Amino acid sequence: MSSRGVWILIWATLMIGAAVVLVSGPKAVAANAGQAQTSSAEVKIDNFSFGPAAITVAAGTTVTWTNRDDIPHTVVSDDKAFKSKAMDTDEKFSFTFTKPGTYGYFCSIHPKMTGKVVVQ
Amino acid sequence: MTKTVKDEILHDHNHDGIDRRGFLKCMAWAGTGALCVMQGGVLKSYSLSRLSDLGPSAVSAGELSFVQVSDSHMGFNKPANPDVAGTLKAAVDKINALQKAPEFLLHTGDISHLSKPEEFDTVDQILKGTGKEVFFVPGEHDVLNDDGAQFRERYGKAAKGSGWYSFDKKGVHFIGLVNVMNLKAGGLGTLGHEQLEWMEDDVKHLKSSTPIVVFAHIPLWSVYPEWGWGTDDSAQALAYLKKFGSVTVLNGHIHQIMQKVEGNVTFHTAASTAFPQPQPGKADSPGPMKVPAEQLRSILGITDVNYVKGQHALAVVDSSLA
Repeated sequence: MSSRGVWILIWATLMIGAAVVLVSGPKAVAANAGQAQTSSAEVKIDNFSFGPAAITVAAGTTVTWTNRDDIPHTVVSDDKAFKSKAMDTDEKFSFTFTKPGTYGYFCSIHPKMTGKVVVQ
Repeated sequence: MTKTVKDEILHDHNHDGIDRRGFLKCMAWAGTGALCVMQGGVLKSYSLSRLSDLGPSAVSAGELSFVQVSDSHMGFNKPANPDVAGTLKAAVDKINALQKAPEFLLHTGDISHLSKPEEFDTVDQILKGTGKEVFFVPGEHDVLNDDGAQFRERYGKAAKGSGWYSFDKKGVHFIGLVNVMNLKAGGLGTLGHEQLEWMEDDVKHLKSSTPIVVFAHIPLWSVYPEWGWGTDDSAQALAYLKKFGSVTVLNGHIHQIMQKVEGNVTFHTAASTAFPQPQPGKADSPGPMKVPAEQLRSILGITDVNYVKGQHALAVVDSSLA
Protein backbone atom coordinates (compact mmCIF):
# COMPACT_ATOMS: atom_id res chain seq x y z
CA MET A 1 0.00 0.00 0.00
CA SER A 2 1.27 3.48 -0.84
CA SER A 3 1.88 5.96 1.97
CA ARG A 4 -1.12 7.98 0.69
CA GLY A 5 -3.22 4.81 0.95
CA VAL A 6 -2.13 4.31 4.56
CA TRP A 7 -3.20 7.87 5.46
CA ILE A 8 -6.59 7.37 3.85
CA LEU A 9 -7.03 4.16 5.85
CA ILE A 10 -6.09 5.90 9.10
CA TRP A 11 -8.44 8.81 8.31
CA ALA A 12 -11.29 6.43 7.50
CA THR A 13 -10.71 4.48 10.72
CA LEU A 14 -10.79 7.65 12.78
CA MET A 15 -14.03 8.81 11.14
CA ILE A 16 -15.70 5.49 11.74
CA GLY A 17 -14.56 5.64 15.35
CA ALA A 18 -15.97 9.14 15.70
CA ALA A 19 -19.25 8.04 14.18
CA VAL A 20 -19.48 5.14 16.62
CA VAL A 21 -18.90 7.51 19.53
CA LEU A 22 -21.64 9.82 18.28
CA VAL A 23 -24.14 7.01 17.86
CA SER A 24 -23.40 5.32 21.18
CA GLY A 25 -22.92 8.54 23.15
CA PRO A 26 -24.61 9.03 26.54
CA LYS A 27 -28.21 7.95 26.35
CA ALA A 28 -29.37 11.06 28.09
CA VAL A 29 -27.81 13.40 25.53
CA ALA A 30 -29.05 11.35 22.58
CA ALA A 31 -32.54 11.27 24.01
CA ASN A 32 -32.64 15.05 24.37
CA ALA A 33 -33.10 15.42 20.64
CA GLY A 34 -36.37 13.51 20.81
CA GLN A 35 -38.13 12.83 24.08
CA ALA A 36 -36.10 14.45 26.85
CA GLN A 37 -38.24 13.13 29.70
CA THR A 38 -37.52 9.47 29.09
CA SER A 39 -33.74 9.59 29.51
CA SER A 40 -32.29 7.50 32.28
CA ALA A 41 -29.03 6.48 33.89
CA GLU A 42 -28.03 3.68 36.25
CA VAL A 43 -25.77 3.55 39.32
CA LYS A 44 -25.00 0.20 40.91
CA ILE A 45 -23.99 -0.29 44.53
CA ASP A 46 -21.43 -3.06 44.92
CA ASN A 47 -18.96 -3.70 47.72
CA PHE A 48 -19.87 -0.56 49.63
CA SER A 49 -19.27 1.75 46.66
CA PHE A 50 -21.28 3.59 44.02
CA GLY A 51 -20.46 2.67 40.44
CA PRO A 52 -19.85 4.88 38.64
CA ALA A 53 -19.07 7.17 41.55
CA ALA A 54 -19.56 10.23 39.31
CA ILE A 55 -21.95 10.52 36.37
CA THR A 56 -22.89 13.39 34.08
CA VAL A 57 -26.45 13.55 32.73
CA ALA A 58 -28.73 16.00 30.95
CA ALA A 59 -31.44 17.83 32.87
CA GLY A 60 -34.57 15.70 32.96
CA THR A 61 -32.66 12.45 33.41
CA THR A 62 -33.90 9.90 35.90
CA VAL A 63 -31.07 8.20 37.78
CA THR A 64 -31.77 4.81 39.31
CA TRP A 65 -29.59 3.31 42.04
CA THR A 66 -29.64 -0.47 42.65
CA ASN A 67 -28.23 -2.02 45.82
CA ARG A 68 -26.42 -5.24 44.94
CA ASP A 69 -24.82 -5.71 48.39
CA ASP A 70 -26.00 -8.03 51.16
CA ILE A 71 -26.19 -5.02 53.45
CA PRO A 72 -28.71 -2.16 53.22
CA HIS A 73 -27.60 1.20 51.87
CA THR A 74 -29.18 4.62 51.31
CA VAL A 75 -28.73 7.40 48.78
CA VAL A 76 -28.90 10.83 50.41
CA SER A 77 -27.84 14.08 48.75
CA ASP A 78 -25.52 16.35 50.71
CA ASP A 79 -28.08 19.17 50.59
CA LYS A 80 -31.02 16.79 51.28
CA ALA A 81 -32.49 17.43 47.79
CA PHE A 82 -33.19 13.71 47.62
CA LYS A 83 -33.16 10.92 50.19
CA SER A 84 -33.94 7.24 49.76
CA LYS A 85 -35.27 4.85 52.34
CA ALA A 86 -32.89 2.06 53.32
CA MET A 87 -32.58 -0.21 50.28
CA ASP A 88 -32.17 -3.89 50.97
CA THR A 89 -30.52 -6.24 48.48
CA ASP A 90 -31.70 -5.59 44.88
CA GLU A 91 -33.96 -2.72 45.90
CA LYS A 92 -33.88 0.45 43.81
CA PHE A 93 -34.26 4.18 44.24
CA SER A 94 -34.85 6.69 41.45
CA PHE A 95 -34.66 10.46 41.29
CA THR A 96 -35.27 12.75 38.32
CA PHE A 97 -32.84 15.64 38.05
CA THR A 98 -34.61 18.65 36.56
CA LYS A 99 -32.16 21.42 37.48
CA PRO A 100 -28.57 21.65 36.26
CA GLY A 101 -25.94 21.52 38.97
CA THR A 102 -23.63 19.20 40.89
CA TYR A 103 -25.29 16.92 43.40
CA GLY A 104 -22.98 15.23 45.90
CA TYR A 105 -24.57 12.30 47.71
CA PHE A 106 -23.63 9.55 50.20
CA CYS A 107 -24.95 6.52 52.05
CA SER A 108 -26.22 7.79 55.40
CA ILE A 109 -25.59 4.35 56.95
CA HIS A 110 -22.01 4.06 55.62
CA PRO A 111 -20.97 7.68 55.06
CA LYS A 112 -17.60 6.67 53.61
CA MET A 113 -19.62 5.80 50.49
CA THR A 114 -19.90 8.96 48.40
CA GLY A 115 -20.90 9.79 44.82
CA LYS A 116 -21.75 12.69 42.53
CA VAL A 117 -24.31 13.46 39.81
CA VAL A 118 -23.50 16.35 37.48
CA VAL A 119 -26.61 17.63 35.69
CA GLN A 120 -26.02 19.70 32.54
CA MET B 1 -5.15 -20.11 87.66
CA THR B 2 -2.97 -21.84 85.07
CA LYS B 3 -5.91 -23.56 83.49
CA THR B 4 -8.02 -20.48 83.23
CA VAL B 5 -5.38 -18.18 81.89
CA LYS B 6 -5.37 -19.59 78.42
CA ASP B 7 -9.00 -18.71 77.81
CA GLU B 8 -9.03 -15.43 79.55
CA ILE B 9 -9.16 -12.20 77.59
CA LEU B 10 -7.00 -9.85 79.57
CA HIS B 11 -5.22 -6.64 78.88
CA ASP B 12 -1.56 -6.61 78.26
CA HIS B 13 0.31 -3.64 79.53
CA ASN B 14 3.63 -5.24 78.67
CA HIS B 15 4.07 -3.54 75.31
CA ASP B 16 5.68 -6.66 74.03
CA GLY B 17 6.05 -5.46 70.50
CA ILE B 18 3.52 -7.60 68.68
CA ASP B 19 3.55 -6.44 65.07
CA ARG B 20 0.50 -5.77 62.94
CA ARG B 21 0.32 -9.35 61.74
CA GLY B 22 0.49 -10.57 65.30
CA PHE B 23 -2.25 -8.15 66.26
CA LEU B 24 -4.55 -9.34 63.50
CA LYS B 25 -3.91 -12.95 64.43
CA CYS B 26 -5.05 -12.18 67.92
CA MET B 27 -8.51 -11.17 66.79
CA ALA B 28 -11.19 -13.75 67.11
CA TRP B 29 -14.70 -14.73 66.17
CA ALA B 30 -16.84 -15.51 69.15
CA GLY B 31 -20.35 -15.03 67.92
CA THR B 32 -21.98 -15.45 71.26
CA GLY B 33 -21.20 -12.54 73.50
CA ALA B 34 -18.77 -11.69 76.22
CA LEU B 35 -19.00 -12.07 79.96
CA CYS B 36 -17.54 -9.04 81.69
CA VAL B 37 -16.37 -9.25 85.28
CA MET B 38 -15.43 -6.19 87.28
CA GLN B 39 -12.83 -7.16 89.83
CA GLY B 40 -10.98 -4.66 91.95
CA GLY B 41 -12.21 -1.92 89.65
CA VAL B 42 -10.71 -3.56 86.58
CA LEU B 43 -12.89 -5.13 83.95
CA LYS B 44 -12.02 -8.50 82.45
CA SER B 45 -13.88 -9.96 79.54
CA TYR B 46 -14.35 -13.61 78.65
CA SER B 47 -15.76 -15.07 75.46
CA LEU B 48 -18.93 -17.00 76.23
CA SER B 49 -18.04 -19.71 73.74
CA ARG B 50 -15.07 -20.79 75.80
CA LEU B 51 -16.50 -20.45 79.29
CA SER B 52 -16.93 -24.18 79.66
CA ASP B 53 -13.15 -24.46 79.63
CA LEU B 54 -12.80 -21.93 82.43
CA GLY B 55 -12.56 -22.83 86.06
CA PRO B 56 -15.43 -21.56 88.20
CA SER B 57 -13.14 -19.28 90.21
CA ALA B 58 -12.30 -17.21 87.15
CA VAL B 59 -15.79 -15.90 86.69
CA SER B 60 -17.31 -16.13 90.14
CA ALA B 61 -14.82 -13.80 91.77
CA GLY B 62 -15.55 -10.20 90.76
CA GLU B 63 -17.86 -7.66 92.32
CA LEU B 64 -20.03 -7.38 89.26
CA SER B 65 -20.52 -9.43 86.16
CA PHE B 66 -22.58 -8.67 83.09
CA VAL B 67 -22.81 -9.90 79.51
CA GLN B 68 -22.30 -7.93 76.31
CA VAL B 69 -24.10 -9.11 73.20
CA SER B 70 -23.90 -7.27 69.91
CA ASP B 71 -24.95 -7.09 66.28
CA SER B 72 -27.77 -9.63 66.34
CA HIS B 73 -28.98 -8.23 62.95
CA MET B 74 -32.40 -9.88 63.30
CA GLY B 75 -33.91 -10.09 59.82
CA PHE B 76 -30.64 -10.85 58.04
CA ASN B 77 -31.22 -14.07 56.11
CA LYS B 78 -28.40 -14.41 53.62
CA PRO B 79 -25.21 -16.40 53.48
CA ALA B 80 -23.39 -17.09 55.72
CA ASN B 81 -26.19 -17.16 58.30
CA PRO B 82 -29.82 -17.69 57.28
CA ASP B 83 -30.76 -18.31 60.94
CA VAL B 84 -29.70 -15.34 63.04
CA ALA B 85 -32.49 -16.09 65.52
CA GLY B 86 -30.94 -19.51 66.08
CA THR B 87 -27.48 -18.15 66.78
CA LEU B 88 -28.90 -15.51 69.17
CA LYS B 89 -30.78 -18.27 70.99
CA ALA B 90 -27.50 -20.18 71.25
CA ALA B 91 -25.98 -17.12 72.92
CA VAL B 92 -28.89 -17.00 75.39
CA ASP B 93 -28.36 -20.68 76.21
CA LYS B 94 -24.73 -19.93 77.01
CA ILE B 95 -25.70 -16.99 79.21
CA ASN B 96 -28.20 -19.15 81.09
CA ALA B 97 -25.56 -21.83 81.61
CA LEU B 98 -23.24 -19.43 83.47
CA GLN B 99 -22.39 -20.62 86.96
CA LYS B 100 -22.86 -17.16 88.33
CA ALA B 101 -25.73 -15.35 86.67
CA PRO B 102 -24.81 -11.94 85.24
CA GLU B 103 -26.43 -8.87 86.77
CA PHE B 104 -27.70 -7.62 83.41
CA LEU B 105 -27.01 -7.55 79.67
CA LEU B 106 -25.67 -4.81 77.41
CA HIS B 107 -26.61 -4.89 73.73
CA THR B 108 -24.24 -2.70 71.73
CA GLY B 109 -26.48 -2.17 68.73
CA ASP B 110 -27.60 -3.48 65.36
CA ILE B 111 -30.34 -5.31 67.20
CA SER B 112 -32.26 -5.44 63.93
CA HIS B 113 -31.12 -5.58 60.32
CA LEU B 114 -33.72 -3.25 58.78
CA SER B 115 -35.35 -1.50 61.78
CA LYS B 116 -38.55 -3.50 61.30
CA PRO B 117 -40.85 -3.81 64.35
CA GLU B 118 -40.99 -7.60 64.05
CA GLU B 119 -37.17 -7.77 64.09
CA PHE B 120 -37.01 -5.87 67.39
CA ASP B 121 -39.87 -8.02 68.73
CA THR B 122 -37.98 -11.23 67.95
CA VAL B 123 -34.81 -10.05 69.69
CA ASP B 124 -36.77 -8.87 72.73
CA GLN B 125 -38.50 -12.24 72.91
CA ILE B 126 -35.25 -14.22 72.66
CA LEU B 127 -33.38 -12.06 75.18
CA LYS B 128 -36.30 -12.38 77.61
CA GLY B 129 -35.10 -15.96 77.91
CA THR B 130 -32.27 -14.71 80.11
CA GLY B 131 -34.66 -13.12 82.60
CA LYS B 132 -32.24 -10.21 82.86
CA GLU B 133 -32.54 -6.51 82.29
CA VAL B 134 -31.03 -5.45 78.95
CA PHE B 135 -29.51 -2.02 78.27
CA PHE B 136 -29.39 -1.02 74.60
CA VAL B 137 -27.63 1.50 72.43
CA PRO B 138 -28.59 1.76 68.75
CA GLY B 139 -26.57 0.66 65.75
CA GLU B 140 -27.05 2.28 62.36
CA HIS B 141 -29.36 -0.58 61.36
CA ASP B 142 -31.72 0.29 64.24
CA VAL B 143 -32.40 3.89 63.20
CA LEU B 144 -33.19 3.46 59.48
CA ASN B 145 -35.87 5.66 57.89
CA ASP B 146 -37.14 7.28 61.11
CA ASP B 147 -34.08 8.89 62.71
CA GLY B 148 -34.32 6.43 65.57
CA ALA B 149 -37.87 7.29 66.72
CA GLN B 150 -38.85 3.64 67.04
CA PHE B 151 -35.64 2.75 68.87
CA ARG B 152 -36.19 5.49 71.45
CA GLU B 153 -39.83 4.51 71.87
CA ARG B 154 -38.80 0.93 72.63
CA TYR B 155 -35.53 1.26 74.51
CA GLY B 156 -34.81 4.89 75.25
CA LYS B 157 -37.81 6.43 76.95
CA ALA B 158 -35.72 7.58 79.89
CA ALA B 159 -32.75 8.49 77.71
CA LYS B 160 -31.59 11.92 76.62
CA GLY B 161 -31.28 13.29 73.08
CA SER B 162 -31.07 10.55 70.47
CA GLY B 163 -30.87 7.85 73.17
CA TRP B 164 -27.86 8.39 75.44
CA TYR B 165 -27.99 7.74 79.19
CA SER B 166 -26.00 6.62 82.20
CA PHE B 167 -26.62 4.42 85.23
CA ASP B 168 -24.76 3.00 88.21
CA LYS B 169 -24.41 -0.63 89.26
CA LYS B 170 -22.45 -1.66 92.34
CA GLY B 171 -20.26 1.42 92.25
CA VAL B 172 -19.54 1.21 88.53
CA HIS B 173 -20.74 4.08 86.33
CA PHE B 174 -22.09 2.98 82.92
CA ILE B 175 -22.50 5.44 80.03
CA GLY B 176 -24.46 4.43 76.92
CA LEU B 177 -23.63 6.64 73.92
CA VAL B 178 -25.19 7.03 70.46
CA ASN B 179 -22.77 7.52 67.56
CA VAL B 180 -24.87 6.36 64.60
CA MET B 181 -27.05 9.45 64.05
CA ASN B 182 -26.58 12.42 61.69
CA LEU B 183 -23.60 10.87 59.95
CA LYS B 184 -21.88 13.22 57.51
CA ALA B 185 -20.73 12.42 53.95
CA GLY B 186 -17.23 10.99 54.01
CA GLY B 187 -17.18 10.85 57.82
CA LEU B 188 -17.16 8.29 60.62
CA GLY B 189 -19.42 7.74 63.61
CA THR B 190 -20.47 10.95 65.35
CA LEU B 191 -21.40 11.78 68.95
CA GLY B 192 -22.21 15.44 68.39
CA HIS B 193 -21.92 18.56 70.49
CA GLU B 194 -25.07 18.08 72.57
CA GLN B 195 -24.16 14.55 73.63
CA LEU B 196 -20.57 15.51 74.44
CA GLU B 197 -21.77 18.36 76.64
CA TRP B 198 -24.12 16.01 78.44
CA MET B 199 -21.33 13.53 78.99
CA GLU B 200 -18.95 16.12 80.37
CA ASP B 201 -21.60 17.12 82.87
CA ASP B 202 -22.51 13.49 83.64
CA VAL B 203 -19.02 12.55 84.84
CA LYS B 204 -18.00 15.89 86.37
CA HIS B 205 -19.04 15.06 89.91
CA LEU B 206 -17.84 11.45 90.00
CA LYS B 207 -14.82 10.49 92.08
CA SER B 208 -11.77 9.61 90.02
CA SER B 209 -11.74 6.18 91.65
CA THR B 210 -15.12 5.31 90.12
CA PRO B 211 -14.75 2.58 87.47
CA ILE B 212 -16.29 3.77 84.19
CA VAL B 213 -17.77 1.60 81.45
CA VAL B 214 -18.69 3.37 78.20
CA PHE B 215 -20.67 1.45 75.61
CA ALA B 216 -21.62 2.51 72.07
CA HIS B 217 -22.10 0.80 68.73
CA ILE B 218 -19.33 2.10 66.45
CA PRO B 219 -15.84 1.80 67.95
CA LEU B 220 -14.73 4.88 69.88
CA TRP B 221 -11.18 4.28 68.70
CA SER B 222 -9.82 4.33 65.20
CA VAL B 223 -9.96 0.67 64.17
CA TYR B 224 -10.01 1.19 60.40
CA PRO B 225 -11.28 4.58 59.21
CA GLU B 226 -11.14 3.46 55.56
CA TRP B 227 -14.17 1.29 56.34
CA GLY B 228 -15.76 3.83 58.65
CA TRP B 229 -14.66 1.90 61.74
CA GLY B 230 -14.13 4.80 64.10
CA THR B 231 -15.85 7.86 65.57
CA ASP B 232 -14.93 11.39 64.47
CA ASP B 233 -15.29 13.10 67.85
CA SER B 234 -14.45 10.24 70.22
CA ALA B 235 -11.25 11.95 71.38
CA GLN B 236 -13.35 14.66 73.01
CA ALA B 237 -15.43 12.07 74.86
CA LEU B 238 -12.32 10.25 76.08
CA ALA B 239 -10.79 13.54 77.22
CA TYR B 240 -13.62 13.89 79.76
CA LEU B 241 -12.59 10.52 81.23
CA LYS B 242 -8.89 11.29 81.74
CA LYS B 243 -9.16 11.71 85.50
CA PHE B 244 -10.55 8.21 86.04
CA GLY B 245 -8.28 5.33 86.91
CA SER B 246 -10.30 2.62 85.20
CA VAL B 247 -12.16 3.23 81.95
CA THR B 248 -13.49 0.44 79.76
CA VAL B 249 -15.02 1.07 76.33
CA LEU B 250 -17.27 -1.63 74.83
CA ASN B 251 -18.26 -1.46 71.17
CA GLY B 252 -19.75 -3.62 68.42
CA HIS B 253 -20.19 -2.84 64.71
CA ILE B 254 -17.12 -4.61 63.30
CA HIS B 255 -18.28 -8.18 64.06
CA GLN B 256 -14.99 -9.34 65.47
CA ILE B 257 -13.13 -9.17 68.74
CA MET B 258 -10.40 -6.60 69.09
CA GLN B 259 -8.83 -5.09 72.14
CA LYS B 260 -6.48 -2.27 72.83
CA VAL B 261 -5.11 -0.37 75.80
CA GLU B 262 -4.37 3.33 75.68
CA GLY B 263 -3.34 4.85 78.98
CA ASN B 264 -6.18 4.41 81.48
CA VAL B 265 -8.60 3.18 78.82
CA THR B 266 -9.15 -0.36 77.58
CA PHE B 267 -11.16 -0.82 74.40
CA HIS B 268 -13.05 -3.96 73.45
CA THR B 269 -15.13 -4.76 70.41
CA ALA B 270 -17.52 -7.69 70.54
CA ALA B 271 -18.26 -10.36 67.97
CA SER B 272 -21.64 -10.45 66.25
CA THR B 273 -24.19 -13.10 67.09
CA ALA B 274 -25.20 -13.07 63.41
CA PHE B 275 -22.35 -13.09 60.90
CA PRO B 276 -18.62 -12.39 60.75
CA GLN B 277 -17.03 -9.48 58.92
CA PRO B 278 -13.55 -9.49 57.41
CA GLN B 279 -10.45 -8.28 59.16
CA PRO B 280 -9.64 -4.64 58.36
CA GLY B 281 -8.51 -4.27 54.76
CA LYS B 282 -8.59 -8.02 54.14
CA ALA B 283 -11.49 -7.82 51.67
CA ASP B 284 -12.91 -5.41 49.09
CA SER B 285 -15.49 -4.19 51.56
CA PRO B 286 -16.69 -4.80 55.11
CA GLY B 287 -19.67 -6.85 53.87
CA PRO B 288 -20.64 -10.16 55.50
CA MET B 289 -18.12 -12.96 55.18
CA LYS B 290 -19.61 -15.96 53.46
CA VAL B 291 -18.54 -19.36 54.69
CA PRO B 292 -19.78 -22.86 53.83
CA ALA B 293 -22.86 -23.82 55.87
CA GLU B 294 -21.07 -26.61 57.68
CA GLN B 295 -18.47 -24.14 58.93
CA LEU B 296 -20.83 -21.42 60.11
CA ARG B 297 -21.41 -22.66 63.62
CA SER B 298 -17.73 -23.23 64.11
CA ILE B 299 -16.94 -19.70 63.01
CA LEU B 300 -19.69 -18.09 65.04
CA GLY B 301 -19.45 -20.43 67.96
CA ILE B 302 -15.78 -20.88 68.68
CA THR B 303 -13.30 -18.36 69.84
CA ASP B 304 -10.05 -18.82 68.04
CA VAL B 305 -7.68 -16.69 69.98
CA ASN B 306 -3.94 -16.83 69.76
CA TYR B 307 -2.40 -16.15 73.11
CA VAL B 308 1.10 -14.95 73.60
CA LYS B 309 2.74 -17.91 75.24
CA GLY B 310 3.94 -17.38 78.76
CA GLN B 311 1.90 -14.22 79.24
CA HIS B 312 -1.57 -13.62 80.50
CA ALA B 313 -2.38 -11.18 77.81
CA LEU B 314 -4.02 -11.28 74.47
CA ALA B 315 -4.22 -8.92 71.56
CA VAL B 316 -3.78 -5.73 73.45
CA VAL B 317 -1.08 -3.69 71.84
CA ASP B 318 -0.83 -0.14 70.59
CA SER B 319 -0.67 -1.12 66.95
CA SER B 320 -1.66 1.25 64.21
CA LEU B 321 -3.75 -0.31 61.49
CA ALA B 322 -3.47 2.63 59.19
